[in-house]
Amino acid sequence: MSQASYRKITQEGLWNNNPGLVQLLGLCPLMAVTTNVVNGLGLGLATILTLVASSTTISFARHFITPEIRLPVFVLIIAAVVTAIELLMHAFFFELYHILGIFIPLIVTNCIIIGRAEAFAAKHTPPKAFWDALMMGTGFALVLLILGGMREVLANGTLFDHAHLMFGESARGLAIHLFEDDKGFLLAALPPGAFIGLGLLLAIKNWIDAQQVQRRKAGKTATTATLPVTSVSTE
Amino acid sequence: MNNSVLKQVLKPALLLAAFALVGVLLLDTVNRYTLQRIEANERNALMRQLMQVVDKNSHDNDLLHDSAVLPGKLFHSSSDVTIYRARKQGRPSAAIFVTTTDKGYKGSIQIVIGIRMDRSISGVRVVRHNETPGLGDKMELQKSPWVLDFDNTSLQQPALSQWAVKRDGGYFDQFTGATITPRAIVGAVRDVLLWSNEDNHLLSVFSLPTTVGNPSEASDRAVKAEMENAQ
Ligand SMILES: Cc1cc2nc3c(=O)[nH]c(=O)nc-3n(C[C@H](O)[C@H](O)[C@H](O)COP(=O)(O)O)c2cc1C
Repeated sequence: MSQASYRKITQEGLWNNNPGLVQLLGLCPLMAVTTNVVNGLGLGLATILTLVASSTTISFARHFITPEIRLPVFVLIIAAVVTAIELLMHAFFFELYHILGIFIPLIVTNCIIIGRAEAFAAKHTPPKAFWDALMMGTGFALVLLILGGMREVLANGTLFDHAHLMFGESARGLAIHLFEDDKGFLLAALPPGAFIGLGLLLAIKNWIDAQQVQRRKAGKTATTATLPVTSVSTE
Repeated sequence: MNNSVLKQVLKPALLLAAFALVGVLLLDTVNRYTLQRIEANERNALMRQLMQVVDKNSHDNDLLHDSAVLPGKLFHSSSDVTIYRARKQGRPSAAIFVTTTDKGYKGSIQIVIGIRMDRSISGVRVVRHNETPGLGDKMELQKSPWVLDFDNTSLQQPALSQWAVKRDGGYFDQFTGATITPRAIVGAVRDVLLWSNEDNHLLSVFSLPTTVGNPSEASDRAVKAEMENAQ
C-alpha cells in the first residue's frame, strides 16, 4: 500500500481515478459554479489548497490519530482548514469570494477531501500525502476548468471573462470574446448545461480509455494471450 | 479493569481535545489577521456602490457613518431599507436608498438608488441578484447600459403612468425574452420615488437618528442571509 509510487499517484489523480470523472465526488459544487472558467478556477484552487493542507496535516498527525477518533479529527482538521481559507479569500480575493459565496464553506462537505484523508493521507508519509492531494486536487480542478470553459464559450461566447476578479485589473485583457453575447446558447449556462457537459466529458474519457484497452489488447494477443488489463482502480 | 477502561476512554478524548485546541488557536490567529482587512473590503465595496449613484462632489460627509433604517413596507421592499445621507457643508444634497424587491425571476434583487433633493434620480445600480445569467442580467452595467436609463429621471420625467416597461405601456426598455426582471426593478425604483415625493419625506430622512452599529456589518449580514436564501 505505502509503496504507491509518485508516478502511480500522479496517474491516479489526474486520470485513472480522477475525482470528478471517475470517483464522481464533489459534483454539487462542480456543476453549480462552472458557468465560466474563472469561477471554475477559483473553486478549483480553493479545493486544491484545502486538500493539500488537510491531507498533509493528517499525514503528519497520523500516528496520533487513533482509530476511534479518526473521523472527528479528520472533520475537525478539514473544517479548520476550510474556514481559514474562507477568511483569507474574504480578505484577499474579495470579489471572487462573493461570487463563489456559499461554495467555499461547502468544500467541507466535498467527499473528495475526507475520502483522501481516509484512503490515503492517514496511511502514507507526508510527502506522498502531499503529492496525492495535489494530484487529486489538480484532477478535480482540471474538470472544473474544462467544464467552465465549455459552458462559458457556448453561453457567452467568451473565455476568461472576469479574470480581473482573481488576478487583479491587469488581467482584464485576458478575456477572449469569440462572438457576440446575444448569440449565446443559454442552456449551457443553466443547470442542464452542467449535466450535459459533464456527461460529455465522462463519455470522452471512457471512450479514450476503451480505445487504449483495445489497443493494448491487440498488442497483447499478438504476443501472448493474456487477459485484458482492467482500468478499474482498487484504491 | 476500571483503570484500563478509564485509559481507553480518556486517551482518545484528550487527544481529540488537543486537536480541537490546535484548531481553535489556528482559526483565532487567522481571524485576527484578516478581520480588519475584511471589514475594510466590505466598507470599500459598499462605498464604491454608493459613489456610483451620487453626483461627483455632491457631498463632503462620511456616507458610511451617516445612515438610517426605515421599515421595508414603506417602499414595498422585502427587507428594511437603509438610507445613506449625502450632505455638503452640513446641508442635505442627496439620499441613497438600498431597497430589495422579490418580484424578480428568482430570489431577491437588491438595488441602490440615489435621489437628489429635487427628487430626481442621480443613479441606480443593482448590487445583488440571482436572475438568469445571459437572459435576466442585463441590469448589470458590465453587460448592458440599461440601468443608466434611470439617470435624471423623476416622477415628472417620465410621468408616473410611464413608470413601467414598454411592454406594459411604459417608458423603460425590457430585455429581449426577459420582462420580469426589468419590471421588478422599475417597480422598485418607482416605489422609492413615490415615497420620496410625498410631503417632506425626503428632507425628514436627514433628521432621523443615525443607525447604531457598523453599516458594513449590516451588509455582511445581508450577504449571509442572501447566501442562505440562494441555497
Ligand atoms: C430557464 C429560464 C430562465 C429565465 N430567466 C428569466 C430571468 O432571469 N428574468 C426574466 O425576466 N425572465 C426570465 N425568463 C423568461 C420568463 O419566464 C418570461 O418568459 C419572460 O420574462 C417574459 O418576457 P416576454 O414577455 O418578453 O417574453 C426565463 C425563462 C426560462 C425558461
